[in-house]
Amino acid sequence: MSGLPGFLIDDRLHFPSCPSQGGQRFLVEMAAPLTLLLVLAVTIRAALFRSSLAELIAERVEVVSPITAWKRVVEGLALLDLGVSPYSGDVFHETPLIIYLFHFVVDYAEITFMLDIKTTLTFTDLSLMLFQFRKQKFALEADRYPLDCLELIRSPKEMYYIPLKVAMFYLLNPFTILSCVAKSTCGLNNAVVALFIFSTIKGNTLLSAIFLCLATYQSIYPLTLCAPAMLYLMQRQYIPVNFRRASFWWFIAQYLFMYLGSLFVLICLSFFLLGSWDYMPSVYGFILSVPDLTPNIGLFWYFFAEMFEHFRLFFLCVFQINVFFYTIPLSVKLKEHPVFLIFMQLAVISIFKSYPTVGDIALYMAFLPVWSHLYRFLRNTFLVSCVLLACSTLFPVLWHLWIYAGSANSNFYYAITLLFNVAQILLVSDYFYAFLRREHHLTYGLYLKRKDGSEATLVLK
Amino acid sequence: MGLLSDPNRRRALINLLTRLNAPICVVCYMAGVAWFMGLAFEPFTLRTYMSENAMGSTMVEERFPSGERAVATGREFAAHKKKVSGMPVEWLVKTMQARGLEVYTQRFSRTLPFPDENKERYMVKGTNVYGILRAPRAPRTEALVLSAPCTPGDNNNQAVGLLLGLAQYFRNQIYWAKDIIFLVNDHDLIGMQAWLEGYHHTNTTGMDWSPLQGRGGSIQAALSLELSSDVVTSMDLVLEGLNGQLPNLDLANLFYAFCQKIGVLCTIQGKLQRNDWDSVSGYSHAVQTMMLMVMKQASGRPWGDHGLFLRYHIEAATIKGINSFRQYKTDATTIGRLLEGMYRKLNNLLERLHQSYFFYLMPSLSHFVSIGYYMPAFGLLAVILLLRALDLWVQLATPPPTTEDGIADIEQVRHAHSSSPGVLSVLTPLVISHLTGAALYMLPIRFQEMAVEHFPVSETEAVVLTAIAVYTAGLALPHNTHRLLSGEGTEQGWRVLKLVALLYLAVLLGCTALINFSLGFILALTLVPAAAFVTPHVPKVLSAFVLVILSPACTLLFSVFFFQELQEMPVSFLDGWLLYLSVISQGILDHFLYGSLVYPLIALLVYPCWLLFWNILFWK
Repeated sequence: MSGLPGFLIDDRLHFPSCPSQGGQRFLVEMAAPLTLLLVLAVTIRAALFRSSLAELIAERVEVVSPITAWKRVVEGLALLDLGVSPYSGDVFHETPLIIYLFHFVVDYAEITFMLDIKTTLTFTDLSLMLFQFRKQKFALEADRYPLDCLELIRSPKEMYYIPLKVAMFYLLNPFTILSCVAKSTCGLNNAVVALFIFSTIKGNTLLSAIFLCLATYQSIYPLTLCAPAMLYLMQRQYIPVNFRRASFWWFIAQYLFMYLGSLFVLICLSFFLLGSWDYMPSVYGFILSVPDLTPNIGLFWYFFAEMFEHFRLFFLCVFQINVFFYTIPLSVKLKEHPVFLIFMQLAVISIFKSYPTVGDIALYMAFLPVWSHLYRFLRNTFLVSCVLLACSTLFPVLWHLWIYAGSANSNFYYAITLLFNVAQILLVSDYFYAFLRREHHLTYGLYLKRKDGSEATLVLK
Repeated sequence: MGLLSDPNRRRALINLLTRLNAPICVVCYMAGVAWFMGLAFEPFTLRTYMSENAMGSTMVEERFPSGERAVATGREFAAHKKKVSGMPVEWLVKTMQARGLEVYTQRFSRTLPFPDENKERYMVKGTNVYGILRAPRAPRTEALVLSAPCTPGDNNNQAVGLLLGLAQYFRNQIYWAKDIIFLVNDHDLIGMQAWLEGYHHTNTTGMDWSPLQGRGGSIQAALSLELSSDVVTSMDLVLEGLNGQLPNLDLANLFYAFCQKIGVLCTIQGKLQRNDWDSVSGYSHAVQTMMLMVMKQASGRPWGDHGLFLRYHIEAATIKGINSFRQYKTDATTIGRLLEGMYRKLNNLLERLHQSYFFYLMPSLSHFVSIGYYMPAFGLLAVILLLRALDLWVQLATPPPTTEDGIADIEQVRHAHSSSPGVLSVLTPLVISHLTGAALYMLPIRFQEMAVEHFPVSETEAVVLTAIAVYTAGLALPHNTHRLLSGEGTEQGWRVLKLVALLYLAVLLGCTALINFSLGFILALTLVPAAAFVTPHVPKVLSAFVLVILSPACTLLFSVFFFQELQEMPVSFLDGWLLYLSVISQGILDHFLYGSLVYPLIALLVYPCWLLFWNILFWK
C-alpha cells in the first residue's frame, strides 16, 4: 500500500469530510476557465437567437416535440389570456405550472431559456460532489482491491477536470444549443432533473423527493428515477438494502410519502390554478397514448402510423412498459452504484420515451465525462460516434428529401431514426458493460489468468 | 452481435482491416468505378415500365388536327415579337382571350448580382402571360401547366404557336378534370421563377414581381416546350432540374410510351436508343448517354424551364424538338397529338405522380438504373474513407506498453493524450479553412466593384477571377497557422486532424450523394483518393501536385472538358479555359438567381474539407 499517494490517506482520516471544502477550492481554481466557457456558451446562444436560424431551428422536429415546442406554449398563453382553457384546441400539452411560469416571465423568455447555464452549473457542482464522494469511497475500500487494479482507479488529478468537462459537454453540445435556441421547454425539464440529481447527491431527502416529483409532474417518465434516488440516499445513510430490515422499509415509506405528498400538492395546485382537470388527459394522456404521430427521433411515430387500429392499445402498453421495465433489472444489478443507475435510467428514458428530442439526449450525454475511467473498456466508441454523427447530419437531409423535394419518403427518415436509436442503445450498453467489467476487474484483478496460467479474456455472451 | 461482443473475433477483424488497409482501399476504389461503369450495361439495368395505374395504358384517341395553323400562329407571333422587340404582351393577351382562356399577366424585374455575359443581361424586366382553361368537369382544385419560353431572336416561335393551337383545341374538349394553364414566360428561367414564386406566394430569391391575379388549383405536373422549326426529326426529353432533382420516372415513361405509340423518334441527352447493347459501340453509346446525364445532374442547374417546378413538388420535364439532317420528319400536328395524349393521361391522375422512382439514371429512354443499383458504387468509394479512419483510430488508440509501476506510466500517457493541445490543433485548421471557404463564398460578389475600378476587367470577369484568386490564396494559408497557436505539430496531431477530416468528408459526401448522386459521386471520385493517401510523410512536391489535381476546382475543369467530349464537341485548351470561367460565373449566378446549392456547397464545405487535407500534407 506504500504506492498510495498521501492525500488519499489524508482523506481517509478526515472522512466524512465536508464536500464543500473541495468545492471551494475547485471554484477558486476553475473559475477562469468556467467563466470563459459560460461566456462562450452565452455568446453562441445569443448570436443564434438573433440570427435567422433561430426560426428554422424552432421548426425542426428533431429539436422540438409537440410537448416542448415554444410555438405551442405561446398558443397556450394566448388562450389563457383570452380566458379560455389553454388545453382546449389540442395544441398545448405542457403542464399548468409551466404555463403560469411563462405567464409571468414571457417577456424574458430568452433569458429563461438560458436556464441551460443554470443546469450546467448544477451539473458541474454535481460532478464535483461525485468526485469527492468517489474519492472517499475509494479511500475506504482501497484495501480490498488487488494491487494491479491501481491503474483502474482514477487518480484525483484526472478527476479534477471532470466538472469542467461536464460543463463543456453540456454547454457546447450542439444538441443542447439547438434545443435552447428553439426555446424548447425541454431545457426546463433538464434543469429540474439536474436539480433532483444534485439534491440527491447532496443527501437532502426532502429536496430530492420534491424535485423528483417536479420532474415526474413534467413528463411522467422520471418516475423511474425513484429507485436510484432511494438507493443512493440509503447508501449515504448506511441503511442496508435488505428486505427484512425495518429501517429499509421505514426509509422507503418516508421517501415515498414525501414524493407522493408533493405530487399530490402539485396536482391539486394545478387543479386550483386552472379550475378544471382538463390538463390530465391533455398532458399525461397525450404522453401515454401518443396521439400525435409527427415524425421525431423516437421509435413511436412510424410504428403507430403503420399499425392497424385494433392492435394500437396492446402495442401502446408494450412500448410504454418498455420504458419503465428496465428499472427493475438495472436496480438489481446496479444497487451498489446508484449514480450510474441514474445515468442508465436517463438514457433509457430519452431513447424510449414517446416524444424524445435532442435535448433529452444532451442530458444524459453530459454525464459521459463522469465515466471517463471507463474509456479503456469501451469497445464501440468509433462505431457509435460515427453513426451518431452521420445520423445527426442525415436527419435534416432526409427530411428535406421527404418533405420538400418529395423524392424520398418516410421510410428513409425512419431508417435513420432507427439507426440513431440503435447507436444510442449501443452507446449505453457499452458503458454498462464497461462498468460491469471494471467492477469485475476491481474484484479479481486486472490481468486475469486461466487455471492453466495462460492469459484469459472476458467474453460477454 | 458476435462481432460486437467477442473480443477475439473483433481483434481478428480489425487486424485484418488494418494490415490489408491499403490493398482493400484500392480494391474498393476500383470496384466502385467498375460498378459505376457497369451500370450502363443493358443486362444490369431495368426496363422502364409505367407504375401509375391511372396512366396505365395509352388508350386515348389523339385528334389534334391543326398543326399547320399552329405553325402559322407561330409566324404571326414571331412577327409581333420582332415588331416590339421583346415579348408581344398585348398580342398574346388578345390571342389567348380569343381562344377562350382567362388571361392574366405578371410583371417582374430582377437585377442580377453581376452581368450575365452568356445571355447578355443585367437588369431584367419582363412580363409573363398565362391563360387558364378552367376544368369543366371537376372542382378546379388541381392544375396542369404547359409552358413555352419566349426567347429573343428566332427561337422557339413554333413552341408558342403550338401552345396557342393546343389551347384552342383543348378549349373545345369537355373531358378536362384539371385546370390547364398555358404559360408564356419571358426571360426563360427568371420569368419562370417569378411566376412560380407568385403562384405559390413565396419569395426565396428577393425578386420583384407583381402578384398573380388568377390562379388555378395545385399544380400536378408541368411540361415545358421548346420548338424552333416547323418540322422536327426527333423529340428530346430533358429531366435534370435544379440541384439535380429529377421528376418522377413515370413522366419519362409517359413520354416514351406516347412517342412509341405515335411513332415519333425520341431521344434523351440527344442520343437515340440503340439495340446493339452487346457490341462495344452500343455499350459506349449507353455509357455516353448515362455520363451526360450524370454530368448535367451534377452541375445542379436546371437544364430546361421545367427545372424550377421540381422545387415545388411538381413533376415537370422539358420537351425539345430537334431538327437534324435525318430523312424522317415529324410535323407540328404529330407533336400536338403527342402533347394531347400526354395531357389527357395526366388529366386522369388521381394523385400526384409518386408510384415510380425519383432517384434514377437513364442509359437510354427505355432503361433505367434505380437508386438501389447505383448507390453501391458510391458506397464502395465512401467505405474507403471509413476504412482509413478506422486505421487511424486503431493507430491512435493502441494501448501504450504497460509496465509494472502502474499509475505513473498511465499518467504520462494520459498527459500526452491530454485533450487541450489536441483540440486546439484540430480546431485551428478547421476554423481557418472554413473562414477561407466563407471568404470564397462572400468575396467574389462583394469585391466586384472594387476589382472593376482597379483592374481592366468586366464585372463578370472580376467575380470569376476573385473566386479563383481566393481559392488559390487559400492554398497558401492554413498550413502555417496551427504553429501560431500550438507550436510544433505532433504526430498525434495530424492523425487526429486526418481522422476528423476523413469523417467530415465521408458525412459530407454521403449527404451530397443522397441529394444529388452525380455530384456526390464525381466529388468522391477525386476527393477520396486524395483523402486516402495524404500524410505528412509522403514526398511533398509530387503529392502537392497530385492534391491540386484532385482538388474541387480541377475536378470542375476536367468535367468541363469531359462534358464537351461527351457531347462530341471537343474544345481546344484555350476555349476550354474560357468555358471554365463562364461555367464558374454561371454557377454563382445560378445560386443567386434560383437558389442552386452547388456553389455554396463547394465553397463552404467541400473546399474547406479539401484544405484540411492540404494542411495535413504540410504538417510540421
